[in-house]
Amino acid sequence: MAEKRRFAVTDLPGFSTTAMVVFVALYAPILTLVVYSFNKGLSPADWQGFSLQWYAVAWQNDQVKLATLNSLQIALAAAVISTALATLAALGTTRRAEYRGQTFIYAMINQPLMVPEIVTAVALLLVTAAIKKLTGYTGLGYLIMSHAAFCIPFAYLPIRARLEGMDLTLEVAAADLYASPFQVFRRVTLPILLPGIMAGAMLAFVTSLDDVVITEFIKSPGQDTLPTYMLGQLRRDMKPDVNAISTGLLAVTLLLLSLLFLINRPKK
Amino acid sequence: MPSPAEQALVAKSTRNGWLMSMPALVVLTLCAVGPLAIVLVYSFLSPGDFGNVVWTFSLDGWTSILFTHDIFDDTIKFADGNLTIFWRSIKLSLITTILTFVVGFPTAWFIATRPPAARAGWLFLITIPFWTNLLVRTFAINQIIRNEGVLNTALLAMGVITQPIQLVYTDTALLIGMVYVYLPLMVLPLFATIDRFDMRLLEAGYDLYATRVQVLRRVILPITRPGIVAGSILVFVPCLGAYVTPRILGGGKNMMVGNLIDLQFGQGRNWPLGSALSITLLIIVTAALLAYVRTISRGRTHG
Amino acid sequence: MSADISIEARNVVKAFGAGAAAVRALDDVSVEIRKGEFFTLLGPSGCGKTTLLRLIAGFEMPSDGTILLDGADITYLPPNQRPVNTVFQSYALFPHLTVAQNIAFGLQMLGKPAAEVKARTDKMLALVQMEAMSGRKTSQLSGGQQQRVALARALAPQPKVLLLDEPLSALDYKLRKEMQIELKRLQLETGITFVFVTHDQEEALTMSDRVGVMSAGKLQQVGTPREIYTRPANRFVASFIGETNFLPARVVSGGVKLGCGAVIEVAGLTGSGATTLTIRPEQVRLAETGEEGTMAAVVTNLVYFGTDTHCYLSLPDGAEVMARLQSPSSGEVGLQKGQAVALRFVPGAAQVLED
Repeated sequence: MAEKRRFAVTDLPGFSTTAMVVFVALYAPILTLVVYSFNKGLSPADWQGFSLQWYAVAWQNDQVKLATLNSLQIALAAAVISTALATLAALGTTRRAEYRGQTFIYAMINQPLMVPEIVTAVALLLVTAAIKKLTGYTGLGYLIMSHAAFCIPFAYLPIRARLEGMDLTLEVAAADLYASPFQVFRRVTLPILLPGIMAGAMLAFVTSLDDVVITEFIKSPGQDTLPTYMLGQLRRDMKPDVNAISTGLLAVTLLLLSLLFLINRPKK
Repeated sequence: MPSPAEQALVAKSTRNGWLMSMPALVVLTLCAVGPLAIVLVYSFLSPGDFGNVVWTFSLDGWTSILFTHDIFDDTIKFADGNLTIFWRSIKLSLITTILTFVVGFPTAWFIATRPPAARAGWLFLITIPFWTNLLVRTFAINQIIRNEGVLNTALLAMGVITQPIQLVYTDTALLIGMVYVYLPLMVLPLFATIDRFDMRLLEAGYDLYATRVQVLRRVILPITRPGIVAGSILVFVPCLGAYVTPRILGGGKNMMVGNLIDLQFGQGRNWPLGSALSITLLIIVTAALLAYVRTISRGRTHG
Repeated sequence: MSADISIEARNVVKAFGAGAAAVRALDDVSVEIRKGEFFTLLGPSGCGKTTLLRLIAGFEMPSDGTILLDGADITYLPPNQRPVNTVFQSYALFPHLTVAQNIAFGLQMLGKPAAEVKARTDKMLALVQMEAMSGRKTSQLSGGQQQRVALARALAPQPKVLLLDEPLSALDYKLRKEMQIELKRLQLETGITFVFVTHDQEEALTMSDRVGVMSAGKLQQVGTPREIYTRPANRFVASFIGETNFLPARVVSGGVKLGCGAVIEVAGLTGSGATTLTIRPEQVRLAETGEEGTMAAVVTNLVYFGTDTHCYLSLPDGAEVMARLQSPSSGEVGLQKGQAVALRFVPGAAQVLED
């Protein structure tokens, strides 16, 4: 009887196995962390039963509360600012005749992605230190503006992608029906662009929330964000409340990413 | 030759383009690009007693990268510590890039060759670690490889070892950590390139008697080269400037350039040196990026 | 199996999906392709012709049945172990290699010495007249040039069989005609068995030694172009190839009786009851009204085609017939709409076909 062997054209030896190992290896540490955040015991290596105590400990910690507040404030403000700027920039760099300097603008917008974070952190440290001395202002403004700056490319890319994929004839049709350029933008362009803008905002939010290096360098006392708080906790013995906070951050990221995927699903 | 009316329209459109990009450009100049110039300036100043700088010109910031002045016997020696750190950073970044490629290419290939319905799911799965907080991921790996961590506890319990394997605070730990943290950065651009690869070329290759290995070497890899270069850059650059991962997994003993820079702005109290080191890092990274752009455009002129 | 058979397919089945919902792309197909012949698989989209080609090439494996090459069972051999090469519909030229490197690829994979590879590549370049372009990247070539490179690449390793999957479908009309002549010439010159897949029946008829007509996963008829055209095996072949008239009729002794009452002689009929008579338009002849053995008809429409005119006629019982009339030297066919004429069928040309 004939064997039913198939010649799968896209199979390459060992590739599928490697991929599966990679997926397991990527998720195992994260899942371990999540699981042990619910561990009643102190040591991450031995399981003593399910408990939410570390979440309680973290929540009752005033420093954690402050850090959470700071993180959210900064991320929200930075997301709003960077998304607005990125939307304008995206509109200014797409769907028009190529002009000299467009490459320059594009390079500038993506600059934060091309410079190691530590270098940007040092640069901002120098600038904010000087301004602090000059003006005495030590509020969250430095953090917000710095975050807004490096979040711009993260907001820009999905908005630009959406813009380039848009059907131009829709706007032409609107103009044919007597709409002014502003009305075309408000009633046709913006609504269709909205998923891209929301995607950009969410990516900017997550990026700001997750930032460690730049925040660490330019923060003033009392301006810890969740990541910098966790970094500070490193020196002492690792209390599992850090696991709880990590799981919390993970949940937020997961939620936003899922929303992003749902919004930007290719429509039938 | 476009008419004057057409030219005016194009000019207006260009002007609008610049206007709309202005706000973003201003913010970026003030909060990202501009400050880099200040770093350059500070690298030529003298360190203040309690950090910050004194506005006196000095080349010490730059010479201190490579040389130290021994105040006891008044000789100039190589700054061994700094050189070790530079060498470690470059070495580990290269190895990380290679390892992430060896493991990441099959992963990207796997995702790209799933049926379209399942592909989005796999893509989502690889994207989540990419967007998970760097700190969280480094913590997670730390939990695994620490002396009291999951790996050692499990091996001890199974009787495979009698003493915990010292993984943290070694170069190996840094390597494991960086491969773990930067793997998604290699997989995603590889996936983008493989996704555009015409799978019918595989059939042509096999039709012309190539073995699977030959198809990989002679057809797939040459055509996916732009993605390989992109992924390599996306891994090499952040690795070189890594700060969080070596700090957590290296414990202050196995420093990389990022930690060395951090030191100058903390206990080291040598802002000019820190600035000079930052500029050096920037130069190395920019050189790597330019090499990337050249490889891409060279590929394009070949048709 | 006789020694002059190159490819044989025996009871090949290819099904997609499972259980009751399974779709049979190939439904018990058996065919023999002779050495050195130009064999065409012809049929509409979805008939299974490309699937059969891919089974011969080795990119797919059948759900059931056997494929043999020169008598050996190759059904489950991987494609890189079959001495069979393919010209793909999309050409599938390697974009990162030059024309010459593409052509040399198969020989290099087979491990041929460099000198032999070079000699053979040069020969192939000359064969398809692409010597001047040997150093170009394939993306810089026109469609016709890419096609020739694909051909040269597949011929270079001297396969036993060359498979061509609708290779001319992307070319414009004039180029197509030129390439058809080219392909035929190449096949005669190299003597390699060609298996050609197309949906264009004119292409199939002009180029092939034999044609296999397929529909819905089944092989409907295999024969020379003349056989297929003049003696179609069933209604599908009759309607797919060229144009045909279908007339409702009843079986009577010695032939069939049409609705208008005329009796047409058809030999060898069995059975009884209602059936269909088929006759090609060029086998319908016009005659003087009232002549012996003619049917009365009325002209309903005339369509001028340059070389000939299609004359649409209506029989007394309402049945429609189309006659193809060659344009006479005067240019005018001399008929008018509504005119009463008489027509007859060329004796022996009409057929009664199964479905």
